Amino acid sequence: MAFISTGYDPSKPMEGRITDIGPRHFEEFYPPVIKKNKGQWAYHEICEAGILMHKAKGGDEVYTVRCGGARLISVTLLREVCDIADKYCGGYVRWTTRNNVEFMVDTLAKAKELKADLNSRKFAGGSFKFPVGGTGAGITNIVHTQGWVHCHTPATDASGTVKVAMDELFEHFTKMDLPAPVRVSMACCLNMCGAVHCSDIAILGYHRKPPIIDNKVLDNICEIPLAVAACPTGAIRPTKTEHEGKTVNTVAIKQDRCMFCGNCYTMCPALPLSDKEGDGLVIMAGGKISNRISRPKFSKVVVAFIPNEPPRWPTLAKVLRQIVTAYAAEANKYERLGDWAERIGWERFFEKTGLEFTSHLIDDFRDPAYYTWRQTTQFKW
Amino acid sequence: MAKHATPLLDQLQSGPWPSFVSDIKEEAERRHKNEKNVEYQVPVDVCDDLLGILELSYKDGTTHWKHGGIVGVFGYGGGVIGRYCDQPQMFPGVAHFHTVRVAQPSGMYYTSEYLRQLCDLWEMRGSGLTNMHGATGDIVLLGTTTPQLEEIFYELTHNMNTDLGGSGSNLRTPAACLGESRCEWACYDAQELCHQMTNEYQDELHRPAFPYKFKFKFDGCPNGCVASIARSDMSFIGTWRDEIRIDQEAVAAYVGGEIQPNGGAHAGKDWGAFDIEKEVIDLCPTECMWMEDGKLKINDRECTRCMHCLNVMPRALRIGNDRGLSILVGAKAPILDGAQMGSLLVPFIKVEEPYDEIKEIIEGIWEWWMEEGKNRERLGELIKRQGLAKAIAAVGLTPVPQHVMEPRHNPYIFWKEEDVEGGWDRDIADYRKHHQR
Ligand code: HEM
Ligand code: SF4
Ligand code: SF4
Ligand code: SF4
Ligand code: SF4
Repeated sequence: MAFISTGYDPSKPMEGRITDIGPRHFEEFYPPVIKKNKGQWAYHEICEAGILMHKAKGGDEVYTVRCGGARLISVTLLREVCDIADKYCGGYVRWTTRNNVEFMVDTLAKAKELKADLNSRKFAGGSFKFPVGGTGAGITNIVHTQGWVHCHTPATDASGTVKVAMDELFEHFTKMDLPAPVRVSMACCLNMCGAVHCSDIAILGYHRKPPIIDNKVLDNICEIPLAVAACPTGAIRPTKTEHEGKTVNTVAIKQDRCMFCGNCYTMCPALPLSDKEGDGLVIMAGGKISNRISRPKFSKVVVAFIPNEPPRWPTLAKVLRQIVTAYAAEANKYERLGDWAERIGWERFFEKTGLEFTSHLIDDFRDPAYYTWRQTTQFKW
Repeated sequence: MAKHATPLLDQLQSGPWPSFVSDIKEEAERRHKNEKNVEYQVPVDVCDDLLGILELSYKDGTTHWKHGGIVGVFGYGGGVIGRYCDQPQMFPGVAHFHTVRVAQPSGMYYTSEYLRQLCDLWEMRGSGLTNMHGATGDIVLLGTTTPQLEEIFYELTHNMNTDLGGSGSNLRTPAACLGESRCEWACYDAQELCHQMTNEYQDELHRPAFPYKFKFKFDGCPNGCVASIARSDMSFIGTWRDEIRIDQEAVAAYVGGEIQPNGGAHAGKDWGAFDIEKEVIDLCPTECMWMEDGKLKINDRECTRCMHCLNVMPRALRIGNDRGLSILVGAKAPILDGAQMGSLLVPFIKVEEPYDEIKEIIEGIWEWWMEEGKNRERLGELIKRQGLAKAIAAVGLTPVPQHVMEPRHNPYIFWKEEDVEGGWDRDIADYRKHHQR
């Protein structure tokens, strides 16, 4: 494995250096029909699950075939996407915000042929490579974070829980049979890199044990003031202790103040917090982003804790099924999950979904908690 | 024969949804075969060892990554996430596994030529595994070693005309919906504004100077396909000020069942015949629509542009002609004082090159935040601490009722001396002339 240089010379880092150029201009990547009709689109329709048709004022049509996929994707699979784009789409392709891939062609017949082709491609392990769907009133791909594949503070895996969730809900990816879209998001710790707090259903990793203090190394590797400052709840203070007969600098953690965020571990490697029994999932529901009919709203915690059950997280799958089944059966057309829960009342939501209400679901975190309690005599039996 | 047995991960190969395990396993095998004689610059068994360490996490329920350490490219404060595994003896292929965030083209259109260039680069100088895309919107190249970082940066900038994205306490890589390129509801060119602002603020993106991270996101309309209102410190959402344009013939075609409602989004279930009263008029949140002589009427002054009727009847109803955008500020995740949605700062602003008015708003907010914000205080938290009125003042706007859902619930107004007639400087002797002690 000989080192191959691109031409970069470490002794003269500024020589020929190019910086601050930003991304490529998107127009270089527009398919011709998009370039020609930009800003001139009249309307769209969904021809069938996974196929959209956009009609331009001048009469041009573009047919988009949308397929799902893992957001973790190898270069080989990416090259297969390129091959498909070359074969059907003049070499053009795009991604959606929710990790779907979109191929654009000019006739419905080609779109159907492409859909059949995409649905025929499978991994040796048996799963689809490019399942077509993710349109309309159904469940599209899940936005998520890194989990055990790449982060240091996750309380669960992201790719695995997403795979389990999409396997369980797959029928709604390929069929538009729900009252409205159900947007599912996943984040693997409470930092919520995935910003799951406004999703119809959110899967969130959560720790339940405070950090362990590694006094053997803490004094040597930890900038104690940084660790103290990192704690959002002020649970950490500097102190001294005896370790193997020596007095060492360390920290003390007020455990009942810890919210298990892992920020101290980010600053100080001597404060790990992940734990097999302690870590697991929180399920939130009823949030939305869109301004359609009702205002955007936050997701609410509906299951306080599900243990990590890799590799197939059966309790997670069951809970997702319970929520989606009740919603599909009961909600009105166009009604988002959170709007449905508000119309029938959250007391009914727990009844209909069969989820258990527990004391952990009563908010006690700072000011916003008060606004979630019931300041009225109106409620349902 | 796989390097590590992965009985737990293997159970994620079954089921319909694309399996990342299958993909990584196949990539691991192809890397070993190396039919194209690629001169790999990171260990050939990087994919095997990623599977190995992930299997270990699946077994013991904890992560095996240490936090980053400071790695990056010369002169940039972000764009690379340093990562080391905590079992380097068992999994040397991923002992160093840094991630490179690459600036994505706004709207995420690509040519296969560009993607193949990226694949060639990443196969040789990295793990061959990517995220398309990271949650911020960047192309994420997952896993390489420190000596490769400058080489990758050189290759990206010199041969692909592409830069790194942002991370750390700086402007994060902005993202936009596809907007006018393929959506009839786009009220402005979200891709172009995103691209222009990304390039305008490259310094803020690459060199951390902010109290904390800052995100822009650009939604072409209130449907919010990139979720800007929830996940960006400054959210740009397209809107209009005049009338929804109505094509009455198309309305009649919807009523007559000739066109499927909502573009056919509900075709997977039999919801019965379309009923414009029930499905559109009764669901309008402002009750500003009605039918009159077979024609649809809208009292546009009362419409709050929620998009419902346009979404249900895209062929009959179109966005207005006097278009621009609203700016909302301060969205953030629940940590630490609870989740925040963006709050309305600028009700309406035109989107016109060279975007000077928009830049003034952005820079006004930054100036205030950099002056007043504490270390690691998100914009939304500063607004909560000092009040929305301060943010409005920071960008030189006049407060209007549109800024709030309702007026304040308490009279505890912190009057300023200059706002009170006669000022606060008073003489106790004067007072005592009229008031005995
Ligand atoms: C204290 C808080 C936070 C810490 C310590 C933190 C830390 C991290 C780390 C270490 C990563 C890199 C993961 C990896 O690739 O290894 C990451 C990724 C990311 N973070 Fe955070 N983060 C925090 C809060 C947030 C918040 C509040 C947001 C957003 C609102 C956010 C957004 C992101 C995003 C979008 C990514 C990329 C995730 C992905 O695409 O996989 N982070 N964060
Ligand atoms: S959500 Fe938490 S664990 Fe997941 S990538 Fe972000 S910081 Fe890491
Ligand atoms: S995990 Fe978070 S809350 Fe707990 S001590 Fe560390 S920084 Fe503080
Ligand atoms: S946010 Fe609005 S304009 Fe942008 S893609 Fe979504 S519906 Fe279209
Ligand atoms: S956009 Fe919303 S508020 Fe306006 S008329 Fe249509 S349904 Fe009513």
